[in-house]
Amino acid sequence: MTATIELSGVSKSFGPIHAVRDVSFSLGEGEIVALVGHNGAGKTTLIKLMLGLIRPTAGTVRVLGEDPATGAAAVRTRLGYLPENVSFNPALTGTETLAFYSALKRAGRGQVGGLLERVGLAGAADRRVRTYSKGMRQRLGLAQALIGQPRVLLLDEPTTGLDPASRRDFYSFLDELRAAGATILLSSHALSELEGRADRVIIVGRGVKVADGTLDELRGIARLPTRIRVRLAPDGKDHAERIASRDAGWRPVNGRTLEIDAAPEDKVALLRSAVADGIPIADLDVTPPTLDELYAHFQDTEGQDTEGQDTEREAGR
Amino acid sequence: MSTILVIAEKEIREGLRNRWVLATTLLLATLALSLTFLGSAPTGNVGASALDVVIVSLSSLSVFLVPLIALLISHDAVVGEMERGTMLLLLSYPVARWQVVAGKFVGHLAILAFSTLVGYGIAAVALAFTGGDIGRESWAAFASLIGSSVLLGAVFVAIGYLVSALVGERGTAGGIAVGIWLVFVLVYDMALLGLLVVDQGRTVTGGMLNVLLLLNPTDAYRLINLGGSAGAISGMGGVADIATLAPAVLLAALVAWAAIPLAAAIFVFSRREL
Repeated sequence: MTATIELSGVSKSFGPIHAVRDVSFSLGEGEIVALVGHNGAGKTTLIKLMLGLIRPTAGTVRVLGEDPATGAAAVRTRLGYLPENVSFNPALTGTETLAFYSALKRAGRGQVGGLLERVGLAGAADRRVRTYSKGMRQRLGLAQALIGQPRVLLLDEPTTGLDPASRRDFYSFLDELRAAGATILLSSHALSELEGRADRVIIVGRGVKVADGTLDELRGIARLPTRIRVRLAPDGKDHAERIASRDAGWRPVNGRTLEIDAAPEDKVALLRSAVADGIPIADLDVTPPTLDELYAHFQDTEGQDTEGQDTEREAGR
Repeated sequence: MSTILVIAEKEIREGLRNRWVLATTLLLATLALSLTFLGSAPTGNVGASALDVVIVSLSSLSVFLVPLIALLISHDAVVGEMERGTMLLLLSYPVARWQVVAGKFVGHLAILAFSTLVGYGIAAVALAFTGGDIGRESWAAFASLIGSSVLLGAVFVAIGYLVSALVGERGTAGGIAVGIWLVFVLVYDMALLGLLVVDQGRTVTGGMLNVLLLLNPTDAYRLINLGGSAGAISGMGGVADIATLAPAVLLAALVAWAAIPLAAAIFVFSRREL
């Protein structure tokens, strides 16, 4: 896999604020990577660094083999970007807007109509952007990012303002582009939307990279417990104590319901013991950790780490 | 080069769409026409060519109006696009920052040139049809009026960009633009006049006056238009005689006044982080 974007040891400070600290990762061709973090975690700063709009205080950024801040502007011909809260001149029409951006990429006007159709704006092509809804502007933003078949797409919170149907369409575009070998980086503040859509997730918090891997790998690292809930049959109340006696973790929820938080490796053993010896069970729920819980886990551990670093830094002075 | 033209074309399209072009052209045409027909009534036949009278009144008007229009369209150019978020997207394209500034400059200058040419041109044509006899020399002076007005506009467009590239908010840019307009158009000349009166020619020599006049682009503009054949009937004739500046020097001063702020704006904008 060829790396299209490479960050190594990148830091960026704005005066006293450390927006990004010592972040390294690389993105390859044909990969959809999600950059996840709270608002203000450094996602937008990282994307601006990759675009060369700001220069790193330390470290190096390489996009398609060039330094985006000083290298040839031609690199940006192969790059698509959708800013957070994209805005356009309200006085121009959708077609005029896309024609302008196509001309800047020297991509020709030919594809403008096709792109507008692809994002579902063909009917509004000759209306002024002023009359567009938030979702339509977002789709126009996507259309401009797709001009000239980019090899690298940087999308800053691309699905905000999209209804569920356009959101589905959007992810199917991404799959097409990935199949064609594009690198796609999308930032988001919610992990839950990315299940089955991102090949890899990079979690950032307070400017530091806290996790990098597939969702399954992250689940493995986090070792979050699975919740098992058992409801006994109406006549099986007495058995509650038998279950509880087998593992100290069981706690009663009400008269005939019990639950336990099981570590990944204990899960199967606990399930077995709960159903063994003819205990009459009416219902059984196994809830794996949700993505939101997973995300909260990484954000929390990162918080502790950073505080630790800050203290070290204070002590070092 | 084509990138600059693409940006210039968009700027012109926006100017047409938001009626800037229409508004400035109408404003300049209305004022030029009223000066032509109301202003020439009291002169009667005093030997001065009718077009010369119009040139004198129009150039006095342009000194106030052209810098104002230029600053109005330019002070927003950089900071406004940053605030609206359109600059971020634009710079993610294969566009160098100097090309953004240069493209906007070409576009804004085209708008100004069109408004001035059409606005003032209408007045001259109307005069030619009603007043009849206008000498070739007067036509040349009129052409120079239009050319130098556009150049004066270029100066203040460039100054507006510099302000726009320096400040962090649109409101600040607007305030500074008004201040710059007041200083160059009103305060500077009043102060200079006061100095000359107080000094009574003791320390301020002709050479020094030359320098002082070149330090204000609007004075250079005045001297270009009021120093020639039209100068005899303007109040500037006297100053123009003392300040011995060749038209080429005045022209060069105006070009420098446009080029230096423009280069500074590009420099500041290139170093700015978004």
